[in-house]
Amino acid sequence: MRADVPLIDVEHLTMRFGGLLAVDDVSFKAQPREITAIIGPNGAGKTTVFNCITGFYKPSSGRLTLRGDREYLLERMLGHEIGQQAKVARTFQNIRLFPGMTVLENLMVAQHNKLMRASGMSIFGLLGLKRYRDAEIEAIELARLWLQRIGLVDDADRPAGELPYGAQRRLEIARAMCTEPRLLCLDEPAAGLNPRESAALNELLLSIRNQDGVGVLLIEHDMSVVMKISDHVVVLDYGRKIAEGPPDEVQRDPAVIRAYLGTDDGGTDG
Amino acid sequence: MGPRLPALLKDAALTAFVAAALGFFIVGFRTVDIGSTKGLSFDYQFADLAVAVVAIFVGRLGLSLAAEGQRWPALILGAVLGIVGAGPAKLPSAFLHWFVGLAGLLIIARTLWPSANRAFLQARQSSRGQSATRAGARWFGWILLAVAVVMPLMPFADQKTMDLGVLILTYVMLGWGLNIVVGLAGLLDLGYVAFYAVGAYSYALLSTQYGLGFWAVLPIAGALAATFGMVLGFPVLRLRGDYLAIVTLGFGEIIRLVLINWVDLTNGPAGIGSIPGPTLLGAVFAENAPPGKITFSQMTGIPFDGTQRLVFLYYIILGLALVTNLFALRMRRLPVGRAWEALREDEIACRALGINPTNTKLTAFAIGAMFAGFAGSFFAAKQRFISPESFVFIESAIILAIVVLGGMGSQIGVVLAAVLLIGLPEWFRDLGSYRMLAFGLAMVLIMVFRPRGLIAHREPSVRLRAAPPGGR
Repeated sequence: MRADVPLIDVEHLTMRFGGLLAVDDVSFKAQPREITAIIGPNGAGKTTVFNCITGFYKPSSGRLTLRGDREYLLERMLGHEIGQQAKVARTFQNIRLFPGMTVLENLMVAQHNKLMRASGMSIFGLLGLKRYRDAEIEAIELARLWLQRIGLVDDADRPAGELPYGAQRRLEIARAMCTEPRLLCLDEPAAGLNPRESAALNELLLSIRNQDGVGVLLIEHDMSVVMKISDHVVVLDYGRKIAEGPPDEVQRDPAVIRAYLGTDDGGTDG
Repeated sequence: MGPRLPALLKDAALTAFVAAALGFFIVGFRTVDIGSTKGLSFDYQFADLAVAVVAIFVGRLGLSLAAEGQRWPALILGAVLGIVGAGPAKLPSAFLHWFVGLAGLLIIARTLWPSANRAFLQARQSSRGQSATRAGARWFGWILLAVAVVMPLMPFADQKTMDLGVLILTYVMLGWGLNIVVGLAGLLDLGYVAFYAVGAYSYALLSTQYGLGFWAVLPIAGALAATFGMVLGFPVLRLRGDYLAIVTLGFGEIIRLVLINWVDLTNGPAGIGSIPGPTLLGAVFAENAPPGKITFSQMTGIPFDGTQRLVFLYYIILGLALVTNLFALRMRRLPVGRAWEALREDEIACRALGINPTNTKLTAFAIGAMFAGFAGSFFAAKQRFISPESFVFIESAIILAIVVLGGMGSQIGVVLAAVLLIGLPEWFRDLGSYRMLAFGLAMVLIMVFRPRGLIAHREPSVRLRAAPPGGR
C-alpha cells in the first residue's frame, strides 16, 4: 500500500546549536495515509527534527520537501506559513492549549485562516453578512464533529485549562486536526496517559489515518503505542539515524537494542 | 482572645511607632510662606500626627483581630474609628476625618469579607447562579447606559458634574481602546498616550491651519493614529512582555519630545490655542458666531446658555465611547478577535496553527491606536488648547491602571475602574494635596480584594449550546 510519492521527504537534515550537533545528516520519508514513528532515547534529537519540520527552528542544512497540491520547501518558509500553506499541524510535548478560552473556542481558533478569508479580513464579519455567518456555522459544526470524536461535547463551553490532563491531550490533537492538515506531527501524545487513555489514543490515531487520510508523524516513548499503530519506524540516537523500517523489524535490530539498553563497552547509558 | 493579645498589642504598637517615625517629618512639619522678604517658616502639626498615630494603632489592632478570627472586637474597633471619622468630635483637619473613617470601614470590610466571599462563591457554584451573574451583568450594563444618557438632563447636572462626566467618559473610551491591545491581545502598551497625542495634534493643526471641521478631521485623526500605530508597532511587536512594555514606553516619550522640540509644526511647549469646538450641523456653541457661521441659539431659537456646549460635548464623547465599545465587542466574536485572545494565551501555539502573529498583533495595535486618535481629537476640541504637557507618561499609566483594575478584557470593569480612579480624586478635591491618596487607596483596595480586576468573569465568544442546529 506504499505510494510512490512520499508526503514529506527529509533529506540530509542537520541542526547545529553552537558547538552541539543536535541532528546530524538525518534522512527519511513519511508516506501519506501512514503513521511514521520517530523513536530514540532521551536527547536523541527527535523534538529538534519536529521543530525543524514545523518551522520553529531553521535547519543548519538539509532539505524538507512536503508534497501537497504542490511542493513546499519547508526550510524556506516562515513559522506560521508552514501551518497556513503547507498545512502541517503539530502538538507539543508540554500541552499548549489556550487555557483561558473554552474548548470550542480552541477549535475555532484553529480554523482561523479559513474564517478570516470568509470574514473578508473582518469587514464582512463586522457587517454581519450571511457569507460569514454561514462560514462560522460550518466551522462550529466541524468543531462539534471533533468534539464528538474525542468525547468532549459536554465540556465544549468550559475553559480548556479546567479539563483533566488526558482530555487536554485529546483536545490538542483535535485542535490540530481542525486546521485540516496534510501532515499531523504529534510530540509524545501518550505521555502521562493511563493505559485506558492510551488505548483510546491508539483508536483516535488509527481513525485519523484511515478515516481522514492524514499522514501522521509521531514521537513516542510508549512502545505499546509505537509498535501497535505505526506503519514505519525511524530510530534516532545522538542525532543520527541508526535504523529504519517496519516496527517488528526495528524491534529486533541490534543497533536499536544497543541504543536503548546500552552495551558493556559502549558509551551509552540507556 | 487570651494569650495572643499581648503579641497583637506589641505588633500594633510597633506599627504605630513606625508610622510616627515616618510621619514626624512628613506630617509633623509643614513649610509656610510668610511673605516674600522673610521666606519660609515651619508650622507644627503634631496634633494631626498624634491623631493619625492613634488611628493607626487602633486600625492595626483591628486588622490583626480580624485576621485572628476575633470578629466582634474587630467590628467594635472598626465602628469606633468609623464614628470618630464621621465626626461628632472635631479633628484637626478634614483629611483626618476621611483617614480615620476609611480605616474603620476597611476593618469592618476585612472582618466581614471571608463570609461575604464564601456566600458569593457558593452563589456562583450553581449553574443557575452563573447564568444569573451573566444576566445581572447585562442588566447592569443597560442601567449604566441609561444613567449616562439621562445624566445631563438631571437637575443636579451643573457645570462641575458635566465636566467630570466628560472627563470620566474620555477615560472610559481610552480604556476601551486600550482594552483591545492589553486586555484582548495581551500586548503591554505603556505608550498609549502617544496615539492620543497624535489624534489631538491632528485635529489642532488641521483645524487651525486649514480650517477643517471636527467631523471631517475625526476619521483623518483616527487614520493617522492607526498609521502611527502600525509604523511604531511593526519593529517592536516581535518583542514580548516586559520588553514590549519598555519599548512602547520609549515611543510614548519620543512622540512627546518631538511635540516639544518641533517648534515649527507644533509650536513647541507653548502649545496650540484657539482650536474651534465641534459643530452641530454647522452651528457653533458660542454667544456670538464667528463670521460666516451661525450659533446654536440662532439655529434653534433656544436662548444661549453656557452649559449647552458641555452637554453637546458630553453626548459626543458618550457616542464615541459607545462606538468603541460596540466595535470591540463585535471584533471579539470575529476570527481576528479570537486570534487576539489566543495570542495572549499562547503565541507559540498560534504559530503552529498557521496564525500570523505579527499581522494579528498589528491589527490590535492599530485599532487600539485609532480609538486613541478619535479620543485625542475630541480632547483637543473640548480643551481648545493643547500642549505636550497633556500627554505625559502618567496618562498612559492611568489608562493602563483602568484596564488592569477593571479586569483585563472586561468592558464593564473598565467603566467601574474609570469612575473609581478618575471620579474619586475629583470628588475628593477639597482634601487638597492628599486627594491622590484616594487614587492610591482605590488601587490598593482593588488589588487586595479583587486581584484579577473588578470583573474577572470572561464571557466565551461562541457557545456550542446556543449554536444552531441541534444544540443540546
